[in-house]
Amino acid sequence: MTNDRSTEQTDISDARQNYWRDNLRIVVGLLTIWFVVGYLASILFVEWFNELSIGKLPLGFWFAQQGSIVVFVLLVFVYARLMDGLDRRFARKRGL
Amino acid sequence: MEHLPPNSLSWASSCWNWPVINSEWLLADIDGGHTDPARPWTWAFIGISFIVYLYIGWRSRVRDTEGFYVAGKGVPAMANGAATAADWMSAASFLGMAGLIAATGSDGAVYLLGWTGGYVLLALLLAPYLRKFGHYTVPEFIGSRYYSETGRVVAAICAIFISVTYVAGQMKGVGVIFSRFLEVPLEFGVVIGMAIVACFAVLGGMKGITWTQVAQYFVLIIAFLIPSVAISSMLTGHAIPQLGFVASDLSDKLNAALVELGEQEYTQPFRNFSRLNLLCITVALMFGTAGLPHVIVRFYTVKNVRAARYSAAWAILFIAVLYTTAPALAMFARYNLIQSLNGAKIERQIDTVEIVEKGSKKSVAIYQLISAAGVPLDWATNWQRTQMLRIEDKNNDGFVSLHSANGSSELVKLDNDIIVLSTPEIAGLPPWVIALVAAGGLAAALSTAAGLLLVISSSLAHDLFVRYFAPHATEFQRVTIGRITIFLSILLAGYVGINPPGFVAEVVAFAFGLAAASFFPAIFLGIFSKRVNQVGAISGMIVGMTLTLAYIVLCTAHNVLPMFFDKPLLPPEHYLLGISPQGFGTIGMLANFAVALIVSKMTSPPPEEVVELIENVRMPG
Repeated sequence: MTNDRSTEQTDISDARQNYWRDNLRIVVGLLTIWFVVGYLASILFVEWFNELSIGKLPLGFWFAQQGSIVVFVLLVFVYARLMDGLDRRFARKRGL
Repeated sequence: MEHLPPNSLSWASSCWNWPVINSEWLLADIDGGHTDPARPWTWAFIGISFIVYLYIGWRSRVRDTEGFYVAGKGVPAMANGAATAADWMSAASFLGMAGLIAATGSDGAVYLLGWTGGYVLLALLLAPYLRKFGHYTVPEFIGSRYYSETGRVVAAICAIFISVTYVAGQMKGVGVIFSRFLEVPLEFGVVIGMAIVACFAVLGGMKGITWTQVAQYFVLIIAFLIPSVAISSMLTGHAIPQLGFVASDLSDKLNAALVELGEQEYTQPFRNFSRLNLLCITVALMFGTAGLPHVIVRFYTVKNVRAARYSAAWAILFIAVLYTTAPALAMFARYNLIQSLNGAKIERQIDTVEIVEKGSKKSVAIYQLISAAGVPLDWATNWQRTQMLRIEDKNNDGFVSLHSANGSSELVKLDNDIIVLSTPEIAGLPPWVIALVAAGGLAAALSTAAGLLLVISSSLAHDLFVRYFAPHATEFQRVTIGRITIFLSILLAGYVGINPPGFVAEVVAFAFGLAAASFFPAIFLGIFSKRVNQVGAISGMIVGMTLTLAYIVLCTAHNVLPMFFDKPLLPPEHYLLGISPQGFGTIGMLANFAVALIVSKMTSPPPEEVVELIENVRMPG
């Protein structure tokens, strides 16, 4: 009986650790995209991106003034969706 | 302020008064006999929108502290997103930003990136965890996580300082809109604004503020979109401004027109800021946005962690509607302005206005203009009357030239706010659209002011007064204290709005840098590190804040302390690595992180119950 309870405890603590690790992975992954569009394409390497174009605009300029914002919106919605999945899995594990 | 904008660079520099709107409109002697067809519409729209706000405020009145400070934690995610968007977008975002981008061209990206990218940080790194922590205010989190009453008090004072300087600009914005559109005195406008905010904030607290903000979002976004769609259709043939921005050849035409005038291309980056400076300003605006207390506190009002995530997503979507339209409007308006004014014929001088400039009186001519294409420019006459636009025929040839070589441009003054304000007239829209823009600007200013006032009141009443002077107060007494404090905050905001102390105008432009250098690292490390302790976090905040504030004061000594200094102690040519004070918050933030981590490493880890608190905050539900 005592043994059962301690295994259960370890399981829960494992689940918590996994949850946090997966959460960090999601955050780091999405922030990488945030950095690429918001900083690399829009500021640091904007001239390189300006060599390309989207419609009639230089690509770097478009990222700096519009594209990044569109990507930012998507990132936050994707984050909320991914976390929903993570929450569900965590709830299932904890329920067991 | 700015007198000779021969090129976009010096034109842009006047923008740093953000978000305090240029008061020079008011100095102009506005022609009394001139009747404006938009006036009755403006009264009607403002009146109707105010009645709606008051009705909502009355419907959402509250009786308990949870309702008063966090709207009972029952705001649906999407509604909170709209409220956050209105809370966030101020009079300056609404009226000033498109003009600012039109002036700075490609580099205008700092505002666009900075004021939206911060929401990604907020959504992924702060909002869900702070919602899990619960309670009512940001200082409460700092106080509990760093097991420190000092930390709580310092955070409360920082929140009050940032919010008071910020709210001054909003209240003044309300007065300026009233005086511009209805020609009533600025003070009168501020008092009306105060009365409206007082009604719904005192009765409804956060709940009243939230639901009026939702309504205000729709007013401001419709008011922004109608003129933008109209001018996009007119100039590019695309009704969707974002599409017109990408798909039309207007950028090529604008670039060519600017080159012909002796300026650099619109899409050319780093015309106004160096790469490093641009980077630093963007970082400071982004991380500052994520650290502003009046934005963070909105995420305390939703049901649970999941709702906090989705409401951040709705918030950035609602904000993006305006923020992706603004750069398109900026480009269209800049092009249109050059097309209309360059080579315009000065038909005749129809009037003069007396203005006060640098303490001396001077009279300025108002001209009637006809564009090179033969279109009479009535809007230009109207804006000359308000002195937001000034033309000088320097070479007396009877034509306006925008050629910028040797400061020869004959457009000697152009206030950034004209870009948004004049769009309806330029696009030939009916007068009621102009009235709608006025109502939209007021919605933007009032919604932001209300959110800030709640932070001031919750910091004063909840974090300081009740805790230290009335710890045994009943629920009814606590709410009453909250109501009284918010009422006093409104009086204070109105007063600083009408009589802004010199330093307020100066510091408000740097509120983001200060928030980035103080709040962001403390909250972030509080969630993501179990090792950062009391001493580390507090010394980090103090170092970050002090460094940033010191640099700002060094660079702006002549404005902050005009009685002691007549020029900045640190002139632009000696900026550290060329980083301007707006971007220095980035350095302050890095210093804060470094100090917090190193000091924590050298001192003992946080106690067990704090580690438990962190683990609890990291888990959902």
